[in-house]
Amino acid sequence: MNIIDKIEAGLVRKDLPKIAPGDTVKVHVKVKEGEKERIQIFQGLVIGIKGGGMRTSFTVRKISSGVGVERVFPLNSPTVDKLEVVRSGKVRRAKLYFLRAKLGKAGRLKERQHHAAE
Amino acid sequence: MIKGIIGRKLGMTQIFNEKGQVVPVTVIQAGPCVVVQRKTTAKEGYDAIQIGFVDPSGGKRANKPEKGHAEKHGVAPVRVLREFKVDSSDPAKEGDSVLVGQFETKVKVNVVGTSKGKGFAGVMKRHHFKGGRATHGSMHHRAPGSIGGSSDPSRVFPGMRMGGHMGAEQVTVRNLEIASVDSENNLLLIKGAVPGPKGGYVVIKQEA
Repeated sequence: MNIIDKIEAGLVRKDLPKIAPGDTVKVHVKVKEGEKERIQIFQGLVIGIKGGGMRTSFTVRKISSGVGVERVFPLNSPTVDKLEVVRSGKVRRAKLYFLRAKLGKAGRLKERQHHAAE
Repeated sequence: MIKGIIGRKLGMTQIFNEKGQVVPVTVIQAGPCVVVQRKTTAKEGYDAIQIGFVDPSGGKRANKPEKGHAEKHGVAPVRVLREFKVDSSDPAKEGDSVLVGQFETKVKVNVVGTSKGKGFAGVMKRHHFKGGRATHGSMHHRAPGSIGGSSDPSRVFPGMRMGGHMGAEQVTVRNLEIASVDSENNLLLIKGAVPGPKGGYVVIKQEA
């Protein structure tokens, strides 16, 4: 294992749950306001995961007061305090960018059926 | 003693800073190094210290002059030698080790290296000329255009920018920030890019 791989492996967080495209997640983000630090929750649908290892980032989309909002988080960043999977959607592709064009009911996803084998 | 060290570029990666932001860094195997020779005005005509990158193979690939030089000054075999000018009052002496511990995070350093060779490069790549139009029958794509007058002056002025050999020359990048120091593994993480290929040797200097 070369030194760069070692450095990168050391930055990968193991305390976070596995996420997949189609999951509805709650991202607890540390927000600094002046001196104070607080936690902000961003809940939405994971529409894509990019990169690998410590470079992994994921895009979360939600509809906030009628407007679509997307945020990209570096998965291993210390600003992500906690990550919760609320619901897993049944999807057949890795990037769910087509959902951007769907409004309201059309943008819903069926829940992923968990089999005993999983 | 001046703050400087010889390093070997291992490549680039990214780390998170204390704000949680992603910072691009170059990983450098810096040392361990050793002061090989102390040059003095009395003997060599100028004051400097010569430091060497300690050979991890223990001098397997060193030739006789290289081995002899290290032996004469009583130090371990070294692979690369570099000199740093110092004051005559500098306390450094032969055999002193030069380690990454001398650097602190957040300080600015200059990094000197040899850039990647580009071979014979045209004017667009070498001097950022605009070139001509690609289509519509232009017939003038990557050529330099006019390089001067005609019968007057009947010559090309010296310094005219043309195609030629590019890269593989000494490049200094100034004011790079040290992102992290790993004394245990002799590693320096420097924010941003440094000259040269992976495996290339660079000199890291902290100007006073």
